[in-house]
Amino acid sequence: MITFRGGIHPPEFKELAEEKPIEIMPAPKQVVIPLSQHTGAPAKPVVNVGDEVKVGTLIAEPVGMISAPVHSSIAGKVKAIEPWVHPVLPVPTKSIIIEAGEEDELDPEIKPRSDNEIEELKPDDIREIIRSAGIVGLGGAAFPTAVKVTPPKDAKIDTLIINGAECEPFLTADDRLMREKPEGIINGARILAKVLGLERAFIAIEHNKPEAIRVMTETARSVWPEAEVLTVKTKYPQGAEKQLISAILRREVPAGGLPFMVGVVVQNAGTAYAVWEAVAKRKPLYERVVTVTGPGIAEPKNLLVRIGTLAADVISHCGGLRPSASKFISGGPMMGIAQASLEVPVIKGTSGMLFLDSSKRLFAVAEESSCIRCGHCVGICPMKLVPAEIARMAEYEKLEDAERWGILDCMECGACAFVCPAGRRLVQWIKYGKTLIFAERSRKKGNK
Amino acid sequence: MNSEVKDTRKFLVTPSPHLKAPFNVKMVMYVVVIALLPALGGAIHFFGLYSLWLVLISVATAVLAEFFANLAFKRPLDSCLDGSAIITGMLLAYNLPPTVPLWMPAVGSAFAIIIVKALFGGLGHNFLNPALAGRAFLMASWPGKMTSGWILREGLGTTSGIQVDAFSGATPLAVVQKLKDVADPALAETTRSALNDPSMLKALFFGNVGGVLGETSALLLLIPAIILIAIRVIDWRIPLAYIGTVALGTLAAYIFKATPVTPVFHLLSGGLMLGALFMATDYTTTPMTPLGLWIFGIGCGVLTVLIRLWGGYPEGVSYSILLMNVATPLIDRYTRPRILGENAKKKEKR
Repeated sequence: MITFRGGIHPPEFKELAEEKPIEIMPAPKQVVIPLSQHTGAPAKPVVNVGDEVKVGTLIAEPVGMISAPVHSSIAGKVKAIEPWVHPVLPVPTKSIIIEAGEEDELDPEIKPRSDNEIEELKPDDIREIIRSAGIVGLGGAAFPTAVKVTPPKDAKIDTLIINGAECEPFLTADDRLMREKPEGIINGARILAKVLGLERAFIAIEHNKPEAIRVMTETARSVWPEAEVLTVKTKYPQGAEKQLISAILRREVPAGGLPFMVGVVVQNAGTAYAVWEAVAKRKPLYERVVTVTGPGIAEPKNLLVRIGTLAADVISHCGGLRPSASKFISGGPMMGIAQASLEVPVIKGTSGMLFLDSSKRLFAVAEESSCIRCGHCVGICPMKLVPAEIARMAEYEKLEDAERWGILDCMECGACAFVCPAGRRLVQWIKYGKTLIFAERSRKKGNK
Repeated sequence: MNSEVKDTRKFLVTPSPHLKAPFNVKMVMYVVVIALLPALGGAIHFFGLYSLWLVLISVATAVLAEFFANLAFKRPLDSCLDGSAIITGMLLAYNLPPTVPLWMPAVGSAFAIIIVKALFGGLGHNFLNPALAGRAFLMASWPGKMTSGWILREGLGTTSGIQVDAFSGATPLAVVQKLKDVADPALAETTRSALNDPSMLKALFFGNVGGVLGETSALLLLIPAIILIAIRVIDWRIPLAYIGTVALGTLAAYIFKATPVTPVFHLLSGGLMLGALFMATDYTTTPMTPLGLWIFGIGCGVLTVLIRLWGGYPEGVSYSILLMNVATPLIDRYTRPRILGENAKKKEKR
């Protein structure tokens, strides 16, 4: 079966939510929409406190090349524009706080396009639609999609991969979306292919989602036969861009480089769906599917949630937390970020809200001891790094050595820390080393 | 929004990943301890209950030495029971002739744990295999005791019908070495054919020959080692590279008449199985990179063949591994794997 070299097989825990159909969560009474919810520069507010907004109204516009606009996710009044806790960034960041009005009314701009209108769209028109809809990669990294589908002029793109691998344990949002909205995803893939000047696309789905594979394959046949559904091996991190490209095409994205350099664009299945909605319904990205799961939540669910909904509201909608819940993670268990507060909002990149307890040894924070040089981390590293060595270099701040050994190529997937018998905080040290390297770089830049 | 039942609990915040495979160093070590038990059974069976005392004293000394070293260096005391000291104690005893006095394993283990391991920083920081360094220490200090006192149950001189004084009480590999000095060509030839006789090879495979405690039975080492490889506790590369190199090297030597015995004899005799399966696979003192593991294994194999064929000792496994241990940091440095995408060419612009 198609796969990459290395990787791990953590327990999947998908059974908690995989049979829960996507449920629409009603609009909350208040949303907190951060201006930073994508890779790149924060957006700039275009509304003022007291302004009335509708669902889908533009509330902040992009700044610079790599940025994305932000839209209101509810109808109501802008209550404040102030710093708020953020699920990814370490400090409170400027956010637009909107209080719901009486009616959950759509912005009048949001109206469907006819099939003819859609067919007549040129690649540049579609790029503009994607850009102005504020679409970013929904797999987690939240890179602005419009930028991704605008490769440099001299890059020759020959392959589009729709990523439905969803290799993070617990998460089932993409699985459900593929089962329930296969037409939208395949149409989205068709649109993305058109933008890139391609005639076909691959849709990669992990083996552990047989129903999604079946539904997507059948739908592709009737909607767009040029979409080929590929079953990839269930292995973490199969859904990482470079690993997926290596698995399907045997191409290596250059170190420090991007997929377009080997002629590939990878888009998450949820992103493809958002693209289709933007094109077909003129709908900006103001809601997304979030898997709310884990042993710490009363009723695990796949929820269609408005961006800016606070975790506390999502939890109440899922029957509340169990008394045992002791850890709250935004995202999946391998790369997600532990949260201190239930006041954090859902942002565009929030694929899951995971609530862990201490019911399994797997969830426990391992006791740390010396590296015994067993080399397990080397064998499984999907980037072919030597994590133990790099982490040690970072720990002792041997930054030049760490760079030479590829610390910047680490994507922090956490496979090494998962297998480490000594419980070494490998990812933590690597993050630490990277932070020091970037700090040093910006210091040098500043001196010039 | 049920703000009246606001949840005010505190959450644990740690860096990702938030899942951790539920096995640890201690479990790995005890799995290896269990894997070493069949060879202990073999030693008791072949050489008597005295073997058990040697092993117990060696293990007890190793654990105690670790405890006192932890005390002295202010390290967590309970690490003496993490299993690693037990393995060192077992392996050291496995490298002793079966009739050494009881104080020898104690001295060897104490040296291994205190000098070789604890002084260099404890678990994960020693650069030599402690058990092998302990054995080398005993070998240098009491060479007579370390190279005699073999117990022969069957093997050469009993089953094969040869009665030669020069060979009595020697391990099979020592016989091979002494064969070089045999002047009488007829005697040399009968000895040679006795060495290569299937009954001799069978004895070597099952362990019914003279040797140090834990090395004699290839069978009792191979089975648990294969299980350890299957469950990924030890990596297959070093055993394969090591044993494969010895096989090829001694095959060439046999063809060119540089050794009187077949490669099968070489593979089954001496400490090769114990060394290649359980000592050259020690995590700390061997490389971490895949290429490094190959180099380590091949290096051990080459050195073992050289020492066995042309060295002063009949056997070279332990010194081969120790020499390669010393080379490990260098091997690791120069065998860094190619990172995914490193030097990858950008796709040609068309």
